Amino acid sequence: MSTRKIFHVALKDVCLIFRDRSALILMLLAPFLLTIGMGAVTGRFSGSSTNSGIADIPLTIVNADAGQLGDALVEMFTSPDLEALLDSTISTDLSAARAAVDNDESAAVIYIPAGFTDSIIPSPQRSAPPELVQVEFYANPTRPTSSGIVRTILEQFLSQVEIGRISGEVTVTQLLANGYIDPAQAAAVGTSIGQQMVQSSGSTSSIKLINVTEGGGEVEFDTLAYIAPGMALMFLMYTVTYGGLLLIKENRQGTLARMLISPTTSAQVLGGKVIGIFLIAMAQLLILIGGTSLLFGLKWGDPLAVLVLVFAAAFAATGWGIIIAAVFKTPGQVGSVGSALMLIFGLLGGSFFDVSSLPGWVQIISKISPNAWGMEGFLNLAHGGSIVSVGTPVLALLIMGAVLFCAAAFWISRRGLARK
Amino acid sequence: MPPILELHDLVKKYGDFAAVKGISFDIKEGEIFSLLGPNGAGKTTTISVLSTLFSPTSGDATICGHSVTREPMEVKRCIGVVPQELALYEDLTAQENFNFWGSMYGLSGKALSSRIDEVLEQIGLTDKARQRIKTYSGGMKRRVNIGVGLLHKPRLLFMDEPTVGIDPQSRRAILDSVKELNRQGMTVLYTTHYMEEAQELSHRVGIIDHGELIALGTQAELTRQVQETDTLILHIGENEDPQALIDALKDVPGVLRITPTNHEVAIVTPSAEELIAPVVTRADRLGIKVHSIDIREPNLEAVFLHLTGRALRD
Repeated sequence: MSTRKIFHVALKDVCLIFRDRSALILMLLAPFLLTIGMGAVTGRFSGSSTNSGIADIPLTIVNADAGQLGDALVEMFTSPDLEALLDSTISTDLSAARAAVDNDESAAVIYIPAGFTDSIIPSPQRSAPPELVQVEFYANPTRPTSSGIVRTILEQFLSQVEIGRISGEVTVTQLLANGYIDPAQAAAVGTSIGQQMVQSSGSTSSIKLINVTEGGGEVEFDTLAYIAPGMALMFLMYTVTYGGLLLIKENRQGTLARMLISPTTSAQVLGGKVIGIFLIAMAQLLILIGGTSLLFGLKWGDPLAVLVLVFAAAFAATGWGIIIAAVFKTPGQVGSVGSALMLIFGLLGGSFFDVSSLPGWVQIISKISPNAWGMEGFLNLAHGGSIVSVGTPVLALLIMGAVLFCAAAFWISRRGLARK
Repeated sequence: MPPILELHDLVKKYGDFAAVKGISFDIKEGEIFSLLGPNGAGKTTTISVLSTLFSPTSGDATICGHSVTREPMEVKRCIGVVPQELALYEDLTAQENFNFWGSMYGLSGKALSSRIDEVLEQIGLTDKARQRIKTYSGGMKRRVNIGVGLLHKPRLLFMDEPTVGIDPQSRRAILDSVKELNRQGMTVLYTTHYMEEAQELSHRVGIIDHGELIALGTQAELTRQVQETDTLILHIGENEDPQALIDALKDVPGVLRITPTNHEVAIVTPSAEELIAPVVTRADRLGIKVHSIDIREPNLEAVFLHLTGRALRD
């Protein structure tokens, strides 16, 4: 089979799409502008010293606990380490704090109920098991990123507290069982371990927005490294849908039939169309990556790994473009389904917010989108990961693309490439 | 010399609908053969099967000695196709279109570029070759559409209604180019629903209707079928009742058959001139105003009317 004809078909498609101004606007300009817009909203271009793009998250803490753990939690959220990231306010009025969230004046409220410390560190005088007291987190749904950050810090604190509590219990039990202490000393030892836990959980060293690379060096995370791939991957779906649309349009305008009545096989024509879409998708991602690197100094990570990931993402997305063109008949249907998929995959794939805040089953469903795997790979690289760190996403994307190509080929072989 | 195209009992069905119902004919090398019929008669479906785009439901065709079902690649190399629609890329220039389509026929390098220059000259668009197709007039696009079909110098050229929707000047240019291509030795299968085009171009004509070949032969052979009858066409007003006029004219001596068409009544008669006076008198008695009268001597339109009872444009 002559590969020259395949490349002639592919290059013709690339040429056609790069002459379509409206397509270029949506392929390149729209993701670029949205990246700039979202970067501006998150403060990426404001020159913040943290370079995280997110700063001064308004937070209210209502501490009704008179114990050490409540104080430690407040101390952590108001510590100098988090001063640039959080704008914490201490309040005693829970209703007013919640109202501030409802009025979008605050990203979240952390309510530490009375007895929180006692529920974790029992006093030596008490013999009965402590009653369970839970810290309440009241989040602002219109600020998912900010409230997500606060929640992550809170969860980290509580997780350290829980680890300390369990290790304390185990320690005291073992000391008792081995006869190193008697029951009368147990409460004092437990309290001592609790004191150490308070000091440990109050430390904020582990929750700075600094990532450590595999080589041990530190990498500051750039918000744009989340936004830019999100937008690029979302609009990648537009591009592949447009490529699929070209196949339907060619069928309608008679150029597909004309190709098929030339001494060219259906496989050559289809192969050319697929490679054309793939090349356009690759070009789009590489142009966006190059543009954001040059204009905003965005570090995408190891260039070879980025290239491998771009290849895999473009391959999987092309599979989606071809299957849409194979299954649906009219340009209207392809356009509608493509737009819907672009948005759904954009949402599920994490182009707008971190999907780890969504329920588990949604996170599983999100894996059908090239966006989710692509985002995982790009974020790994932005956090300083090497080519090994994108192994799983790349493999998943290649499998996705292969499965979609097989399905599309089966579908097309059943009803023929040209349709009456 | 064996025919360049032989069609044997070709059937093409789409589900339960039979678009072509077992047609057979052949085309000799060097002929212009017209397939004449109204829209939806099965002309384009026949061309699609002959050009290997769709497989026949049954039957077969041999082109340049190769079966369209068993040796489609050999058939494709022998034929050129000018489709009814403008199968061109509007965002590419004529030159780029020719480059692309030439490469689909295996042409490349200097052979391709010199052939493109020849075709551009042939269709008279050398000076516009670097303009995008979307800036062309309808006639210019039609010429490029034809040019693409000529790039690889096919032995047999299929032209599917190439003059649909263009101005008279471009139409004349296309008809002249078909004659010139034939003069240079190219065999042409030309489909049309314009009787005048088939009459002007064709050595032989096949008349197709509802997927069936209802007549085949030279123009003289076909018109002989209508037994040297004339057709008298009465043009009546939009508000007149053609059926009332038909009823009144049935028993006029010399009327062989009367058929209504759009605001017209067609009367088949051995002598149209002798029939004018009695027909006009009867119409006058009924109060039906006859705006004008045409006399048509036997032609392919009359043959179609004779065979189907309908006009070609119905």
